[in-house]
Amino acid sequence: MSGGAALSAALESEPHGPQSAPKHGRLRSRRTPYLLLAPGMLWLVIFFVVPMIFLVSTSLQTGSQTDGYQLTFHFATYSDALNFYKGEFARSFVYAGIATLFALAIGYPLAYAIAFRSGKWKNALLILVIAPFFTSFLIRTFAWKTLLADDSVIVSFLNTTHINTLLTAVGLTTGNRVLATPLATITGLTYNFLPFMTLPLYASLERVDPRLIEAAGDLYCAPFTAFRKVTFPLSLPGVVAGTLLTFIPAAGDFINQSLLGRAGEAMIGNSIDSTFLDQQDYPTAAALSVTLMATIVLLVSIYVRRSGTEELV
Amino acid sequence: MATTAPPVASRAAAPAPKTTRRPGGPVNWVRRHVVQIVAGLVLLYMFLPIFVVVQFSFNRQIGKDNYTWHGFSLKPWTSVCSSGLCGPLGLSFKIGILATILSTILGTLVAFSLSRYRFAGRSSANLLIFLPMATPEVVMGSSLLTLFVNLTFIPQGFWTITIAHVMFCLSFVVVTVKARIAGLDSRLEEAAMDLYADERTTFLKITFPLVLPGIVAAALLAFSLSFDDYIVTAFNAGQAQTFPLWVYGENLRGLPAQANVVGSAMFFLALLFVVAGRFAGRRRVTT
Repeated sequence: MSGGAALSAALESEPHGPQSAPKHGRLRSRRTPYLLLAPGMLWLVIFFVVPMIFLVSTSLQTGSQTDGYQLTFHFATYSDALNFYKGEFARSFVYAGIATLFALAIGYPLAYAIAFRSGKWKNALLILVIAPFFTSFLIRTFAWKTLLADDSVIVSFLNTTHINTLLTAVGLTTGNRVLATPLATITGLTYNFLPFMTLPLYASLERVDPRLIEAAGDLYCAPFTAFRKVTFPLSLPGVVAGTLLTFIPAAGDFINQSLLGRAGEAMIGNSIDSTFLDQQDYPTAAALSVTLMATIVLLVSIYVRRSGTEELV
Repeated sequence: MATTAPPVASRAAAPAPKTTRRPGGPVNWVRRHVVQIVAGLVLLYMFLPIFVVVQFSFNRQIGKDNYTWHGFSLKPWTSVCSSGLCGPLGLSFKIGILATILSTILGTLVAFSLSRYRFAGRSSANLLIFLPMATPEVVMGSSLLTLFVNLTFIPQGFWTITIAHVMFCLSFVVVTVKARIAGLDSRLEEAAMDLYADERTTFLKITFPLVLPGIVAAALLAFSLSFDDYIVTAFNAGQAQTFPLWVYGENLRGLPAQANVVGSAMFFLALLFVVAGRFAGRRRVTT
């Protein structure tokens, strides 16, 4: 999903949000809210909730494409799949984690500059933030192939400054290449999900009362300390929302890996895709899908609880 | 780019000293504008691929690959359909428009219900709206596939793609329209009622026109989500080929420059839309 998604994610964290009480229910009929709700909810139940049940059920079936599948509660599919694909799982979460940190590191100054330093250019800058995402996700990602090619300006720069030697030592690149390395995949992930980070950050920074920062300065707080003690803590809801909105799609993505990465270093999305569509081993693929979903739900609930912003939803 | 930016960026997240006037000189200027400079570099990073997409849409392509620059040519722009992308592009438009209409209607109804009424089950409904946005696309796509292989009476193709797209667009429509409703000034509706407008008239003359920009924004968002989707579609397309599926397939063989033409055209059209919308919005506010 593209930048528009991030935009509405940012919209969601508007101060009025879902919590705001509906003050005046004027059409007082009891049934009205349910009638309005029904078609949309029905759609989500049939095409989101029910498929999840089918997915879990498929993961516990045995059989084959030709002979049909029976529900046998064959839990061993899970342990086999996890055993076989543990590298892919680890890679997905590590890549998505690094991409989220990169996106936070570069998205924060951008959001900060738009919120506090842009003056009359604020709206124009907000358009610029989502503008790259007006064009196709795949074509954009494809462009990184040109940008990270072996003889490109970026890669020659990394090689002449020996930054690439350092990156190779950490295991992010191999030799003097960038394309078809973990770094290329992570660059693509960071790039593609950056608005999901920037817009929630902007939304929460925008709400910070500048008088609080001034007050800190009046009380002889150095600018950086004021940032550390006042601005940053107040922007935490944005940090939490942004990291989640970046991490979740990044962990399940397989386009960046398959366009920019190396075939032998698949992420779990690639494995789910190929087990489902190429090998047509539905139980294993479903088990991988369920495990990915469960892991994300677990990680998200731990993270949200620890960072203490449960009113996100 | 990504490798050099983070360390600089995290350092620069500190606000530059802002009110105190410092002595001039380039070093001090840089010191005072660290945040702006870093933000500019980040924007450059975001636009790098766009420059490449636009540049390579004018490539005099030799052979199959479109990674290397062979010189300027208008041919890709004048022969868009020759690469076989017009069929998939048309399908993407059809699905996009249908999915947009359906998800915008369903989502707007849900948004009104959730923001104007208190009722039992409201928080569960909110949760159900939130969940698809927090689910990775592979999971949504693959779970729908397990449903559709069992529902053999719906052949995989146009309808299964449309159903899937309506499903994941819906939540984004609800969230966007809800934000607009929440931002409404309720005094406007009260004023209408005070002037003896009944509920129906108030809704048609006051509420709906005020919420309409939010609905339009939601529809545009839904269209762009549907039009650009690869992952969910790949699981539910059957033999049908949307534009993203076509791009992905061609990419394995060598993407023709015509794909970049479509990418560039989409970019400029959307930019035009947004800028025009801004101006229209501004005029409405001032009059």
